[in-house]
Amino acid sequence: MTAPAQPRATPPRSDPAPLARRVAAQARYEALTMLRNGEQLLLLVILPLMALVALTLTDLLDASVPAGASRVDVAVPGVLALCVLSNAFSGQGIQTGFDRRYGVLRFLSTTPLGRGGLIAGKLLAIVAVLAVQYVLVAALGAALGWRPDPAAVLVSVPVLLLGAAAFTGLGLLLAGTVRAEATLAVTNLVWVLLAAVGGTLFPSRTLPESLAWLVDLLPSGALGSALRETFLTGAPSLLPVLVLAVWASAAWAGAVRWFRWS
Amino acid sequence: MPVQSPPASSPALAIERLVKQFPVRRRRRGPDRTADAVQAVDGLSLTARHGEITALLGPNGAGKTTTLECAQGLQRPSAGTVRLLGRDPWRADPDLRARVGVMLQDGGLPQAVRPLELLRHVASLYRSPRDMGELVERLGINSFDRTVVRRLSGGQRQRVALAAALAGSPEVLFLDEPSAGMDPQSRNIVFDLVQQLRREGVCIILTTHLLDDAQRLADQVYIVDHGRVMAQGSVAELVAPGADAPAVLALTLAPEQLDAGPFPWEGPGFEDVRASRSGRTVTLTGPLTPALLEAVTRWFTATGTLPESLSLQPRTLEDVFLDISGREIR
Repeated sequence: MTAPAQPRATPPRSDPAPLARRVAAQARYEALTMLRNGEQLLLLVILPLMALVALTLTDLLDASVPAGASRVDVAVPGVLALCVLSNAFSGQGIQTGFDRRYGVLRFLSTTPLGRGGLIAGKLLAIVAVLAVQYVLVAALGAALGWRPDPAAVLVSVPVLLLGAAAFTGLGLLLAGTVRAEATLAVTNLVWVLLAAVGGTLFPSRTLPESLAWLVDLLPSGALGSALRETFLTGAPSLLPVLVLAVWASAAWAGAVRWFRWS
Repeated sequence: MPVQSPPASSPALAIERLVKQFPVRRRRRGPDRTADAVQAVDGLSLTARHGEITALLGPNGAGKTTTLECAQGLQRPSAGTVRLLGRDPWRADPDLRARVGVMLQDGGLPQAVRPLELLRHVASLYRSPRDMGELVERLGINSFDRTVVRRLSGGQRQRVALAAALAGSPEVLFLDEPSAGMDPQSRNIVFDLVQQLRREGVCIILTTHLLDDAQRLADQVYIVDHGRVMAQGSVAELVAPGADAPAVLALTLAPEQLDAGPFPWEGPGFEDVRASRSGRTVTLTGPLTPALLEAVTRWFTATGTLPESLSLQPRTLEDVFLDISGREIR
């Protein structure tokens, strides 16, 4: 309809897609971008699966295997903790860092997606990638003789999500405050350090006494022990869950406070 | 619940006395640490309407991009008001954002995806997106669709960014330096499309430091420098010769004339004529009168040689810009 005072046409009004569809579209896009990137795929899937094979076939974990359990029972929870680190911290940290550097965050925040939808999409993408990682690790674990208690599998889900919350907060905090190249370097270095001595693949008890208590207070160590306790005893103890909750709250508070979109 | 649109006759974008300061954090610590601020935009007012192309023209650092960012809801104004489709862009909801398309200066494109994949994703954020196939063909994007964004040329990226900005068929389209990095062919394609969008009633707001862009496209030009509007109007209005804004007399002197001064425009009666010389080219502005032209031609008779060229020209936007700001615009 054209008003008489307006000789030129006004274009028809454009509407946003519903919120759920916008967020789902962003999650799908983020997850596929991550899984299709060669370096990311190495970090997300290939290295954790190689670690699982190595830890199951060698005697590295033997000192940590409790009576009645096998190596793979100790290896799988550690590898799952490493998957969270790869995905929520390194993967999304690097992706967000470069998106920020190239103005993608600014562009998407002008679309109907907006800043809130963008963050929601990223969180959902992390969960989706984590589901893929879990399925692959569990399948390879099963092939190596892993037979978890179904109840423990159920309990592991909220533990993994709590760990993902802590590492996403840390990843976004880093990606939103330093240059993209610095984010890339730091996340990769931290990944290697935490995989080796951060209490993920190897329980903190295997480390020297003076380091063990420190590692227990790291989000990586807390997530590693919470997952090992879940699968070996049926439930995590309070301390690692508390440590993860504190890290998650602090990291998210910092990200909300200091994250820069440009 | 959709909010009632303002009447169609009201401007699509209205900026009034916009001020934007950025804090500058001094590295120095201690008691004499001062909290300085850079004034990027300093009381700028602007109106842009549907079916018109409004250009912000000015040198780099003039405050054009910051003004656009305040209008797009990417920056919060320090003072003044911005109304985009009758609403405050800083508090834009998805309904408002769906009606506005943005092409950022740096493109804002992820680097590791192929163009079509990205455009399909952006389109999925709208309820009834534009037919991207047609747009992709029109902008020639299908010819490089197998290439990831990282490996595209500047002009190709600009075309993808434009397509992304148009995915939702916006009523208002922001283009920040649309011809940056574009070859002439890309520029023609993009400008044709922009002109078609104008005919369809889209309000287009663009920034440029290229006079040619503004001259070719803009219905309304705002010449911006130091965060302020230095002049505004249509290109025709801005270049129109007025009492203090006459045409230009351009001469290219023959080599032997260079030392044959004094030049006629240095003589009595022409004190207000401004002459600028670059090599053998002399440009005269100011009150150009038949008497001046006569004095010039009489001088050629006296020297016994013709100049290589002599012409009276209408003012260009560049002359206007130089008059106003005294600065080269590049």
